[in-house]
Amino acid sequence: MPTVSVKRDLLFHALGRTYSDEEFDELCFEFGLELDEITSEKDIISREQGDTKAEGASDVILYKIDVPANRYDLLCLEGLVRGLQVFKEKMEAPRYRRVSPTSGEPQRLVITEETAAVRPHAVAAVLRNITFTQERYDSFIELQEKLHQNVCRKRTLVAIGTHDLDTISGPFTYTAKPPDDIRFTPLNQAQEYTATELMNLYKTDSHLRHYLHIIEDKPVYPVIYDSNGIVLSMPPIINGDHSKISLNTKNVFIECTATDLTKAKIVLDMMVTMFCEYCEEPFTSNGNAIKLPEETLMDESTERIAQLLTKMCLRSEVMSDGEQIEVEIPPTRSDVIHACDIMEDAAMAYGFNNIIRTTPRTYTVANQLPLNKLTELLRQDLAAAGFTEALTFALCSQEDIADKLLKNISDTRACHIANPKTAEFQVARTTLLPGLLKTLAANRKMPLPLRLFEISDVVLKDETKDVGAKNNRRLCAVYYNKSPGFEVIHGLMDRVMQLLEVKPGRDEGYHIQAAQDSSFFPGRCAEIFAHGKSIGRLGVLHPDVISRFELTMPCSALDIDIEPFL
Amino acid sequence: MADAGLVETLLRCVEKADGGLDSQDVATSLGVDHQAIVGAVKSLQALGDVISAEQRSSKHWELTGEGCEIAEQGSHEARVFSSIPDEGMPQGQLMKLAFGKVGFSKAMSNKWIRLDKGHEGGPRVFRTVENIEDSVRDKLLVVQKGQSSQLEEKEKSELKKRKLLSEVTVKSYWITKGSLFSTTITKQETELTPEMIASGSWKEKKFKPYNFEAMGVAPDCGHLHPLMKVPANPVLSVKQIMMLQARDQHDTFFLSDPAQAHEFPLDYLERVRKVHSEGGFGSQGYKYDWKIEEAQKNILRTHTTAVSARMLYKLAQKEKFTPVKYFSIDRVFRNETLDATHLAEFHQIEGVVADYGLTLGDLMGILHQFFTKLGITKLRFKPAYNPYTEPSMEVFSYHEGLKKWVEVGNSGVFRPEMLLPMGLPEGVTVIAWGLSLERPTMIKYGINNIRELVGHKVNLQMVYDSPVCRLDPRKSNN
Repeated sequence: MPTVSVKRDLLFHALGRTYSDEEFDELCFEFGLELDEITSEKDIISREQGDTKAEGASDVILYKIDVPANRYDLLCLEGLVRGLQVFKEKMEAPRYRRVSPTSGEPQRLVITEETAAVRPHAVAAVLRNITFTQERYDSFIELQEKLHQNVCRKRTLVAIGTHDLDTISGPFTYTAKPPDDIRFTPLNQAQEYTATELMNLYKTDSHLRHYLHIIEDKPVYPVIYDSNGIVLSMPPIINGDHSKISLNTKNVFIECTATDLTKAKIVLDMMVTMFCEYCEEPFTSNGNAIKLPEETLMDESTERIAQLLTKMCLRSEVMSDGEQIEVEIPPTRSDVIHACDIMEDAAMAYGFNNIIRTTPRTYTVANQLPLNKLTELLRQDLAAAGFTEALTFALCSQEDIADKLLKNISDTRACHIANPKTAEFQVARTTLLPGLLKTLAANRKMPLPLRLFEISDVVLKDETKDVGAKNNRRLCAVYYNKSPGFEVIHGLMDRVMQLLEVKPGRDEGYHIQAAQDSSFFPGRCAEIFAHGKSIGRLGVLHPDVISRFELTMPCSALDIDIEPFL
Repeated sequence: MADAGLVETLLRCVEKADGGLDSQDVATSLGVDHQAIVGAVKSLQALGDVISAEQRSSKHWELTGEGCEIAEQGSHEARVFSSIPDEGMPQGQLMKLAFGKVGFSKAMSNKWIRLDKGHEGGPRVFRTVENIEDSVRDKLLVVQKGQSSQLEEKEKSELKKRKLLSEVTVKSYWITKGSLFSTTITKQETELTPEMIASGSWKEKKFKPYNFEAMGVAPDCGHLHPLMKVPANPVLSVKQIMMLQARDQHDTFFLSDPAQAHEFPLDYLERVRKVHSEGGFGSQGYKYDWKIEEAQKNILRTHTTAVSARMLYKLAQKEKFTPVKYFSIDRVFRNETLDATHLAEFHQIEGVVADYGLTLGDLMGILHQFFTKLGITKLRFKPAYNPYTEPSMEVFSYHEGLKKWVEVGNSGVFRPEMLLPMGLPEGVTVIAWGLSLERPTMIKYGINNIRELVGHKVNLQMVYDSPVCRLDPRKSNN
C-alpha cells in the first residue's frame, strides 16, 4: 500500500478547515484511507540517523497517509484534497476537458519503428500556463516518483519525463538508437556524454543504478528529440539538462514512454489531471460512461445513488427511464473497470458502517474434509497417549532433509525454492522428522523423557498432479530419553493402529519387519506394513543423525503416511 | 517422629500441670536436652489438637566458662588473697599463678593486699585485711541458681563486661492441653489401604491430615499445541501449492523444481486470458499482455484465496449450482526474514459463501457473527483495495487494552472477472473474509515473540502450561 506524506497545515489550508488528529483519522477511515503516522522530517531523521543529525531539520508536522494500491489519483496532496472535498460535498466533482492551444497547432510526438525493439509506446501532453510555487513544484516531482514506484513498476512499465516547453520546439520524435550514437548533457551534469558513457557513469549512482537493467542489454536505447535535435530524455534513465523544469516554467511538456500502453495512458492522465488545477484553464479528455445495472447493493432510490456516486467524483445522472444511472468516469479513476467498482463507491459514499448487517439465508450442511477429520481424531488420541504436539515449519534447508538425516538430496522428492532469502527456506519438507528433532534441540533443558508428535503435510514432487507436486499427510513421533525407548515408540504405533482399527497380522492387519534406512541405527529399524502396503518406518535413530541435530541422548522415531487409512 | 517414650512422659507432665508449662522447664525437670522436648512437641502438634503449644522466647543470663570457674573456685582476686600467707609472698611468684595478674590488680584496688617494693629480696605482697567477702563469686552463684532477677541491672552489666555473664535468648513452647488431649497416643496412618477396608480397621485409625497448601504431582500427559487449539472447529485444508495469476511481488516464494504447472483446463485459461487482456463479462479488463508463462509459474501460495479459487472453480464445473459455505485454516508463505512478529509461513483462516443475491450487508452480518464467536464484538469496516474483491473491506475491532481500533481481518465480494470465467452462473455472488490465526492467538496467550509459538524454537513449557482456549467475550483479551 503506497504511503503519501503531506504537510498537515498545507493539507488543512487546502481543505479549508482544521481537524484534530482523531477527526482526520476518522475522515480517512470513512474514505478508505489510513492515517498511518503523524511525524516530522526532524522526527524521521532523528529516528533513522540520531538526534545530532536531526538538528536544524524541519519540524513541520507531516501526515503519512496510506492510500489503496489502485487509487493513483490520491498519490499527491492535490488529488487527496480534491477527493476529500468532493466527498464532503464542499466542491463539485471536476469535469476534465482537453483544450487546444489558443494559437497554432497542438504539439505532436512522432514514434518511429525502431522503438519497437526496446520500449514501443509513448504518450504526451502539455500543461499550459501553469503557475508553480515551491510546494506545488515539490508535489509535482514527488508525484512522478510515487507513480514510478507504483503503477510504473519501478519504471519498467512506464517512465515519465517532464520538460519546459519554452526551451524546446516540436514536433518531437521518439526513436531508438545504438547507445554510442546518443550524445547529450544529462540532467544536472555540465558536459555531454554518450549513452554508453552514461550507463557507466550511473553504475555507482545510488538512485539511477536500479533502472539501468531495463535497457542495458538492448541493442538500441530509447531517446526523444525536439525538432532541432535537442535530446529531451533517454527513457527510462534520465532527462536532458537543456529542457529541465524550474519554478518559473510556464508550459510543461510531459512524455510517458512505456512497455504497457494502458499504464502509460493512466500515468499521463494522473500527471495532467492532478496539476491542471494550477493552470489557467483545466483540460483533458472526456470520461467514459458506464451504465449501472438495476440491481445494486442498496435499497436506495436511483436519485440517492446518483448523488452518492457524485460525491465520489463519479458524476452521475438518473436516465430518462428512471431506472438506470449514467455515470461519467473521469480520467482520474482508472481503477473503475466494471460496474462493481462503481457500486463500491456508492457503498463508500453511503458509509460501509451505515449498511444494515443481515444474515444470509443460504442453507448448507457442514461437513469436514475426511483427511482433516482423521487428523483431528488422531491428534487428540496422541496427546492422550502422553505425546505433546509440535508445530514446525513446512520450509527448511536441504541439509535438514538430506545431510543431517544421512540421505542424499537427489533421492528425496523435494520441491526446491528458487529465491530463498536464507538457507532456512531452500526446500519444502519431505518429512516431519527434522522439525521434531529441531524442536527437541531447542528444548534440551526440559525434563526427560521428551515425547513429541506432529501430524501435518509434507510436499513431494509428483508428475501426475497439475502443479507437479502433492501434499502428503504424515504422522511423526519421537521419544527422547537416556535409553532409546524403541518399545515406547513401538507401543505408540500399536496404539495408532488400534485407533485406526487395524489388527496385528500379516495380510489384512499390520506388521513390522526389519529394514535398512540410513537415518536409523543399523539393525534397529523396521518397516511398517498395513493391509500389505508399506506405510512408514520406526526405529532408533542413527547416532550421527542425533549428533547432527545437536542432540545428545538416544532417540527413537515413528513416521507413517496416514492417507491410506481414509 | 520423636522418641515415643519421651512424648508420653511429656503428655503426663502436661496432664499434671495446671494452666500449662514451659518446655524449657520440662527439659530442666526431666534432665533432657531442650531440643528433644521441642521434637516431641512438634510430633504431638502433627497429631491434631492433642496439645496446644505457643511459641515464646525469653531472655536469661548464663555464666560464661570463666564465670563458671569463678563460681566454683572464687574470683581471681579472692584466690590471690587466699594464696598469700601471713608472711607475704614475692610479687614475681604471685604473678606466675594462673589468676595472678588479673587477681593482683583487682585485689589491690579492693585494698585487700599491699605491695612492699623496697622489701629485701625483691618486691613482696602482704595481706592488709583479715577477711574478705568475695561478692563477685556470690553474685555469679545467684545467677547460676537461676535467680538473676535478684541482681541489679548495673551489676549484671558489670559482670557481662568482665565476660563472666552472657545474656541468651531461649525459644520455648508454652504447652497446654488441647481439645483432644489424652496421655496415650495412637500412631497416625498416612493413607487408607485395601487391608484397612477389608478388616474395617480404618474405623479405629486416625489419619494424618493432608497438607492442602502443597502442589499436586504434575500429571504425565501429552499436550496439543496452543495454536491448534484455537480453531473451535476442525481444520479444513487443501493443496499446498497453487497457481495464481502473474506475480512479481518480492515477498513470493517461486519454485525452481517443479518450476511450472502443466495441464490447465484450456477453455478456462482462455477466458482468464481474455478478461485480463481484453475484458469481457461486463469488464473493460486490465488491458495488459497476459502471458501463459507467468501463469504457469509455481509459487507457494501467499493467500489461501488461491485455494478458495480452486474450490469455486470445482463448484462451477458441477451441472447445477448449489450454494456453498467453505472455510479453510492453512499455511501461507511469505519470503520474509524472520523476526519477533514476522514468519515466512503462517496460518490464514478464510471463509467463503457463494449463493445468489448475497449482499455486502450479508458479509458484514456474517463477519459480525464470526468475530463474536472469537470474543470480538465491536466491529467496524473500512473501505480497502484487494485485487480480487470489490467492494473490499478491512475489518477493525476496538481493542480495549490498546484503546484503539486495530485491524483484525480483510473481506470482500469476489470480482465478476474472477468468478464468471470459472463458469459460475451470473447473479451468483461470492463473499469472503480472511484473517491470520497467529495474531489473535498471540493476544489470547500473551505471547510477544511469534517464534515461541510457531516452529521448532517453540517453548515446550508454554505448550505444557497453556490453558484451554475459551473465546467467550468475558474471557477474551480483546
